[in-house]
Amino acid sequence: PTAPMSAAPAYGEDKGGSAGPGEPEYGHDPASGGIFSSDYKRHDDLKEMLDTNKDSLKLEAMKRIVAMIARGKNASDLFPAVVKNVACKNIEDPNQLIRASALRVLSSIRVPIIVPIMMLAIKEAASDMSPYVRKTAAHAIPKLYSLDSDQKDQLIEVIEKLLADKTTLVAGSVVMAFEEVCPERIDLIHKNYRKLCNLLIDVEEWGQVVIISMLTRYARTQFLSPTQNESLLEENPEKAFYGSEEDEAKGAGSEEAAASTLPARKPYVMDPDHRLLLRNTKPLLQSRSAAVVMAVAQLYFHLAPKAEVGVIAKALVRLLRSHSEVQYVVLQNVATMSIKRRGMFEPYLKSFYIRSTDPTQIKILKLEVLTNLANETNIPTVLREFQTYIRSMDKDFVAATIQAIGRCATNIGRVRDTCLNGLVQLLSNRDELVVAESVVVIKKLLQMQPAQHGEIIKHLAKLTDNIQVPMARASILWLIGEYCEHVPRIAPDVLRKMAKSFTAEEDIVKLQIINLAAKLYLTNSKQTKLLTQYVLSLAKYDQNYDIRDRARFTRQLIVPSEQGGALSRHAKKLFLAPKPAPVLESSFKDRDHFQLGSLSHLLNAKATGYQELPDWPEEAPDPSVRNVEVPEWTKCSNREKRKEKEKPFYSDSEGESGPTESADSDPESESESGSKSSSDSGSEESSSESDNEDEDEDEEKGRGSESEQSEEEGEKRKTKKRKKVPEGQGEGSSSDEGSDSSSGSSESEVTSESEEEQVEPAARRRKTPPSSKSAPAAKEISLLDLEDFTAPSVQPVSPPTVVSSSLAADLEGLTLTDSALVPSLLSPVSSVGRQELLHRVAGEGLAVDYAFSRQPFSGDPHMVSVHIYFSNNSDNPIKGLRVGTPKLPAGISIQEFPEIESLAPGESATAVMGINFCDSTQAANFQLCTQNRQFYVSIQPPVGELMAPVFMSENEFKKEQGKLMGMNEITEKLTLPDSCRSDHVVVQKVTATANLGRVPCGTANEYRFAGRTLTSGSLVLLTLDARPAGAAQLTVNSEKMVIGTMLVKDVTQALTQ
Amino acid sequence: MIHSLFLINSSGDIFLEKHWKSVVSRSVCDYFFEAQERATEAENVPPVIPTPHHYLLSVYRHKIFFVAVIQTEVPPLFVIEFLHRVVDTFQDYFGVCSEPVIKDNVVVVYEVLEEMLDNGFPLATESNILKELIKPPTILRTVVNTITGSTNVGDQLPTGQLSVVPWRRTGVKYTNNEAYFDVIEEIDAIIDKSGSTITAEIQGVIDACVKLTGMPDLTLSFMNPRLLDDVSFHPCVRFKRWESERTLSFIPADGSFRLLSYHVSAQNLVAIPVYVRHNISFRDSSSLGRFEITVGPKQTMGKTIEGVMVTSQMPKGVLNMSLTPSQGTHTFDPVTKMLSWDVGKINPQKLPSLKGTMSLQTGASKPDENPTINLQFKIQQLAISGLKVNRLDMYGEKYKPFKGIKYMTKAGKFQVRT
Repeated sequence: PTAPMSAAPAYGEDKGGSAGPGEPEYGHDPASGGIFSSDYKRHDDLKEMLDTNKDSLKLEAMKRIVAMIARGKNASDLFPAVVKNVACKNIEDPNQLIRASALRVLSSIRVPIIVPIMMLAIKEAASDMSPYVRKTAAHAIPKLYSLDSDQKDQLIEVIEKLLADKTTLVAGSVVMAFEEVCPERIDLIHKNYRKLCNLLIDVEEWGQVVIISMLTRYARTQFLSPTQNESLLEENPEKAFYGSEEDEAKGAGSEEAAASTLPARKPYVMDPDHRLLLRNTKPLLQSRSAAVVMAVAQLYFHLAPKAEVGVIAKALVRLLRSHSEVQYVVLQNVATMSIKRRGMFEPYLKSFYIRSTDPTQIKILKLEVLTNLANETNIPTVLREFQTYIRSMDKDFVAATIQAIGRCATNIGRVRDTCLNGLVQLLSNRDELVVAESVVVIKKLLQMQPAQHGEIIKHLAKLTDNIQVPMARASILWLIGEYCEHVPRIAPDVLRKMAKSFTAEEDIVKLQIINLAAKLYLTNSKQTKLLTQYVLSLAKYDQNYDIRDRARFTRQLIVPSEQGGALSRHAKKLFLAPKPAPVLESSFKDRDHFQLGSLSHLLNAKATGYQELPDWPEEAPDPSVRNVEVPEWTKCSNREKRKEKEKPFYSDSEGESGPTESADSDPESESESGSKSSSDSGSEESSSESDNEDEDEDEEKGRGSESEQSEEEGEKRKTKKRKKVPEGQGEGSSSDEGSDSSSGSSESEVTSESEEEQVEPAARRRKTPPSSKSAPAAKEISLLDLEDFTAPSVQPVSPPTVVSSSLAADLEGLTLTDSALVPSLLSPVSSVGRQELLHRVAGEGLAVDYAFSRQPFSGDPHMVSVHIYFSNNSDNPIKGLRVGTPKLPAGISIQEFPEIESLAPGESATAVMGINFCDSTQAANFQLCTQNRQFYVSIQPPVGELMAPVFMSENEFKKEQGKLMGMNEITEKLTLPDSCRSDHVVVQKVTATANLGRVPCGTANEYRFAGRTLTSGSLVLLTLDARPAGAAQLTVNSEKMVIGTMLVKDVTQALTQ
Repeated sequence: MIHSLFLINSSGDIFLEKHWKSVVSRSVCDYFFEAQERATEAENVPPVIPTPHHYLLSVYRHKIFFVAVIQTEVPPLFVIEFLHRVVDTFQDYFGVCSEPVIKDNVVVVYEVLEEMLDNGFPLATESNILKELIKPPTILRTVVNTITGSTNVGDQLPTGQLSVVPWRRTGVKYTNNEAYFDVIEEIDAIIDKSGSTITAEIQGVIDACVKLTGMPDLTLSFMNPRLLDDVSFHPCVRFKRWESERTLSFIPADGSFRLLSYHVSAQNLVAIPVYVRHNISFRDSSSLGRFEITVGPKQTMGKTIEGVMVTSQMPKGVLNMSLTPSQGTHTFDPVTKMLSWDVGKINPQKLPSLKGTMSLQTGASKPDENPTINLQFKIQQLAISGLKVNRLDMYGEKYKPFKGIKYMTKAGKFQVRT
């Protein structure tokens, strides 16, 4: 055969497609060339190429054909050649790439007669040995479906078969086919669910997106809502508290019922498969692909318990660094999320600050997010930012900012007046758009409290002479009419002016003039009767029928006539009825009924082919459908060893794991345990195999085994986390571990809040074999991400005093004009409680002190922020001050301060570091290095520093306290010395000892304080009941009993000394 | 999924189109042009435009709009991410991605696009695999192709798609085995008019250029890995090793790729290496305004600040500016009102400044906004966060590679409000 023609010279010959004359030639697909239309011999070449034995030529020819077909060209005349050479010969070619290409060509031929052959080829390819060919088969399915949708049933069979495939290469493509052909056949997923979850991390990025989105829908149909319980608790705390009936109703099993007699147990049990999905998708938040990160974020938003959703915020904020199109999509989604879950994004408030170089559409979205995030605490900062935005050159953006200020003012009552004053000042702005926008917003704000604002209305009335923007004029007129009793002298005059200009006004203004006239007529008919009649007559002959109608209607209502007196008697009620103030709300409200991250969500309209996100079911469908009968579980998540088949030794582990509990908390697990445990052993094999196979790729194995771990073991993990995984574990031990963790996971969700070992009743462990709970299980777990398990991610709130003192000053600053802005980034650290870290003698002249600043440590809310003070008392400069490699107890982590380059003699410096103490008072030991010396130092936190205050009402406090009785309550009687009986002293002493926030309290002599531990976010509630004559009772309620006990001790000591 | 792709240049010509399913008429782009007109500026064209029967998703890069046409629901980021990947691939193939280059290489472009999507679903998007399927054009190859009449389509069967590490070709060979890593950090900051920091954060990336024979397995460890607050990895990085040991363990992709991008948290810890002193004032009565800025080093850890560039969008009322720089060159475009001053290196002994007057529109009142100053700079051999690579080890191959690590700090979105 001749060499293939060079494509470039040929592309100009053919002007097919939609190209019109005179359009540039480049708009054509040259890959196919003009060969078929111009020269039939070349056509023969192509056939000849297909006939050869040379692989490369076949491949080349087929590529051409695909390209040609992709252009929508009629390729039917090539049909016999392709079928003869490709479908029949090449599909059996020994080279997998040829087979795959053959199928790709075949499936791209859009000719109906080919359907049966295509079907056959797809079926064959679906059981091909090569995963690449199977992948191509999956790609071919939607093509055939679009050609002939009658084949659906047969195609579904193929999809079912391919879904069972265990290679990562196929998974993404087949789920894509599933979504296009039969997204409603959710039952096909059951058996493959766990496998898909486990494979997910190794699927290519595009496949990940498709799979995650499909699994989100799946989970919504199969699992119970993880949040239903929270609402249940609110409605009926008593029942939830002791509620064992509900447990049983949900099929949680008898052991749960027994366990639930313990305090603070929740009736909701997360299905282990639900947990598996959440756990396996979480690492993907680290993906480089924005689409994958968004997919995981939406999954968490729709499926995760409230307390866990927070993890996605950081990843989403990172995407804001990406291209502006990505930012646009992400911000739209963040805007929706931030309405429902404001706390999640609050720590990242500053990441949404607007830069003058942002495109306008991004600016407006960021503004939306900032507005959603504004609350009592951060409003001063937000308003200060808005103030800078007002002076931007981008007028659309300025208008949006004014709207945003309006929304902040409505949402946050205490800044309303400040905002209003600011907006009024804007009325003298030179830009008319700014003024108009302000008027509209002011109108809405005034409607909330009109009485005090007669002055503003007068000011607005004056503006009617200058403002031309119709919307603003209409707003002013409406305001004057509505509140004409506040401006009795001005209102008629405004009407007079308006009557003069009536014919030149816009329609909305005309309507408001009629309104104003009517209202004035009713309240002040003496002065305005004639004016009103004049306006109504003008309106009667207006071009716009709406205005004519309105005029007639109004006249009938207000002017008493002979026959229709009934209505006009009530005219005043009709026109001057008190009207509810408008609610300024986000346009993103309730958008979350669309699946986030979807096109439909972005457009806020249903796109073609959008699959509705189903509501959670009332009752969970049978979870056993996901159990896989056949325990063959190829180790396919392993990239390196994908091709290796199962090893025979699994039969052993199967036998061993037989009698253990199944993964599903099913009441009749006894009878079913045989089949279920086989499925479990299947999954555990995947981990045990990789265990044995190679340690290099232990990544995969980790993901597999991680999925089966229970939260209950969190504590153990923390301690064992850093232990090296022993290599070459026997299959016996690893199977033990697998079965143990799966049985553990059935209970784990019950205790999702409490990780403490001590709280675990012995009873709950009885069913697990004693040996299995021990070492091997814990050792395995080396890649645990603790964040996954922390209960509500609490955003630390800075102490109230800081806020309130600066607030007044901040608000005064909001004049919306030029004025020096001094942001208070760092509030001063109180020097009280400064402790020595390194004495200057021991430190050879370097003295180091530290203090707990009690500020939230930016970056990681779980860290305690520690201020470090260095001073150089030596004669030489100290260089390169930094933290050396810390040897920390498990769980404790340190965020070092940046290296201090040099500290001159006599100089001192301050640095901030964060330490996550993991809710324990263990000391953090680390080295402080200078250029030539190392000092071992340690910081041990008083228990009171391990928490951050939370604000709650008295009722909330009582409710929470009610949940933390029994073992979680520690009480101590004490006698307060005389010096310590005034309110002030008590509060001061308690807050000095522990970083708690005071809770308002109705009864005298009772003090309440609340906080949350930094790492796990467990509530710490402290009550001090002071009786006359100094007797007092101190109560601490906390899940963390150790912390509670120590806190009682510390506070008692502080109070009695 | 993705139906068609149109490439539109800044003057609104569709200069390339590609269809993966049936042909969609170009007239669908009219909706895009409408939106473009409404948006006035290219960057404000909404990335998603609904039309009666299709949805247009676009990205704007290198002054070209890449407009994808889709018909059914699909996550928008999926498409946007793919389009960006297309642009990256073009850049990778041709060095630059511009209209003339795409037109010159139109054959390769079509071949690449054909392989990237199958029936609208991404097929081969890793540039390593693509390059095996379709060779990037070189001058030599173009000459050979013209003479022999062959094409760029690889004559060897690609095996990359079947490779166990999809991001790496098999059988890579180099005579000089070398691995270079660039740690590049960018400071994003907003500084307010009084000079205090409103927000500042450090974003960093580690770009790798790895030319190693065979299947090397690399391990990169840091002195202070805990600085990295939020990370995202190239798919080659083993996530578990990072979680447990905070080291990067990976089989590298061949050639240049982004290994890691990270974020360093804690705004109060960011050292701001430069300051800007500014005095920009307009007076109500006069038609002249004063303008003066000085740039100086702040916390530079003893390194020189280079490549300093100051740009600022002046208010509309400014007609012209007459300024004298103490060093470097400056330009002011009276049409776009864009002032730019190429400062170069900062000498701490003699701080660069730019002084002069602005002539304002006579009669008009003074502009009520002050311009924002955007700053660019570079500091070599410094990672401002203090991140340091500890060591780089190679396993799996016998030879000794040449290793190199370079640090650099740059200004990201660095703005000073005035």
